[in-house]
Amino acid sequence: MYVAVKGGERAIDNAHAWLAEERRGDTNVAELSLAQIREQMSLAVNRVMAEGSLYDPDLAALAIKQSRGDLIEAIFLIRAYRTTLPRFGYSAAVDTGAMTCDRRISATFKDAPGGQVLGPTFDYTHRLLDFKLAADGEVPQAPIAEPRMEATPHITEFLQGEDIIEREPASDATPGDLTREPMSFPAGRAVRLQSLARGDEGFILGMAYSTQRGYARNHAFVGELRIGKVPVEMEIPELGFAIEIGEVELTECETVNQFKGSKTVPPQFTRGYGLVFGQSERKSIAMALVDRALRWEELGEDNLGAAAQDEEFVLSHCDNIQATGFLEHIKLPHYVDFQSELELVRKLRREAQELAEQMATQEAAE
Amino acid sequence: MKTDISATARKAWMSLLAQADEAELASLWRGFDHDPAFDWLRPPEAGGVMVRGRMGGAGAPFNLGEMTVTRCALTLANGTVGHAYVQGRSKPKAEIAAKVDALMQTDVATDLRQAVLQPLQNRLAAQRQARAAKAAATKVEFFTMVRGED
Repeated sequence: MYVAVKGGERAIDNAHAWLAEERRGDTNVAELSLAQIREQMSLAVNRVMAEGSLYDPDLAALAIKQSRGDLIEAIFLIRAYRTTLPRFGYSAAVDTGAMTCDRRISATFKDAPGGQVLGPTFDYTHRLLDFKLAADGEVPQAPIAEPRMEATPHITEFLQGEDIIEREPASDATPGDLTREPMSFPAGRAVRLQSLARGDEGFILGMAYSTQRGYARNHAFVGELRIGKVPVEMEIPELGFAIEIGEVELTECETVNQFKGSKTVPPQFTRGYGLVFGQSERKSIAMALVDRALRWEELGEDNLGAAAQDEEFVLSHCDNIQATGFLEHIKLPHYVDFQSELELVRKLRREAQELAEQMATQEAAE
Repeated sequence: MKTDISATARKAWMSLLAQADEAELASLWRGFDHDPAFDWLRPPEAGGVMVRGRMGGAGAPFNLGEMTVTRCALTLANGTVGHAYVQGRSKPKAEIAAKVDALMQTDVATDLRQAVLQPLQNRLAAQRQARAAKAAATKVEFFTMVRGED
């Protein structure tokens, strides 16, 4: 039962005023600009764009500032904002094969055409705190070499020659859109990928890790991981042709997984796919592992009862905004709900006590 | 005065304007120093476009997430219509892009290309080149360790 409760406005206003002050912190310390967040906290910005499901680095930087660095709160702000935007349309599917790669590695082929390009990676760092960063310092220019301007082919293309890896059936079927229709199960791979792409990094990481530890084991190699920018093209109805409406940075991961084959398919490798806004390597690898685990049914594998195989479980719980909304609402006033529970428990206790007293009297009488 | 415009040429400059840096576009536009009178057909409006990817990079499409886009349309005094769909939420950027699109269909096209489009193109190419050069420097050069036989 809901009962309107009045009062608390002054306390709420004052709480928000204090929040603003705390957000600013010590005024002797220079205030953060959005450009500083966008340029120097770029992986946080990337995460907010990916899970907020809206590519706009300036907005993501604003959300991070407003949320005091609480990224789930920032993602919440972005999700709320995106619902106010009119939808102009759907882009053509981006061509990740045409990506200008900042990074492109393969754990399966050493001599992949295009090479192993490390890019600006944390890999091979010693994970020791760098106290030089605590002081202001000039950063030396990164070394350069003769640039390679041609497109870098996908590594799975080389395996396809032998048919030793499953082919992705080409299709232009209109995919479901979970921002337009509520999710229903079975969701299908397109909606699963949309949901995973905006899902919580921590949750997807945990699910992916569970598959590696043996829950729905499907040993995965990172066939390819690439990070870079791709142009986004959209058909403009009033022009009658497509134009590029901008450019987005993406991280793409393709896994190559063992597959024993089934009644209809000979042994071959299968694929898992991860694609995420921004530079989001951990998330894209995790997404590819979970995508692969969720494909058990179409590949004729056994349902091992693992959480990562359960589409409804994964998709219903991977959205951190739904999760936090439901979780955190229990801290808001439930005075009337609780009052009724309190009455009920008191009544039950009274009855139990009366019963006990009756029994005691009976025993004494006998 | 209108000239014949191919869809390919128009696509190229509209695509370039869509991803131009706002400050740079504004500065080049001011430098061009020719701000035409116009009427709005559709005043600037920010919205979202759902970006799609493909399963495995090549298979069936799926919806990845949205990006912000601002669009507008205007008509010059001579009736030429300019459209803009530009990345981000900047209305001034969309307005300049639509004016450039309209003027590129008139006889000032050559000057405008020189003053605005070419510098944008050059800057974009230089930025891509610079990143590609840094990426190239991080390419792994494998070598094989030769084991001694003694």
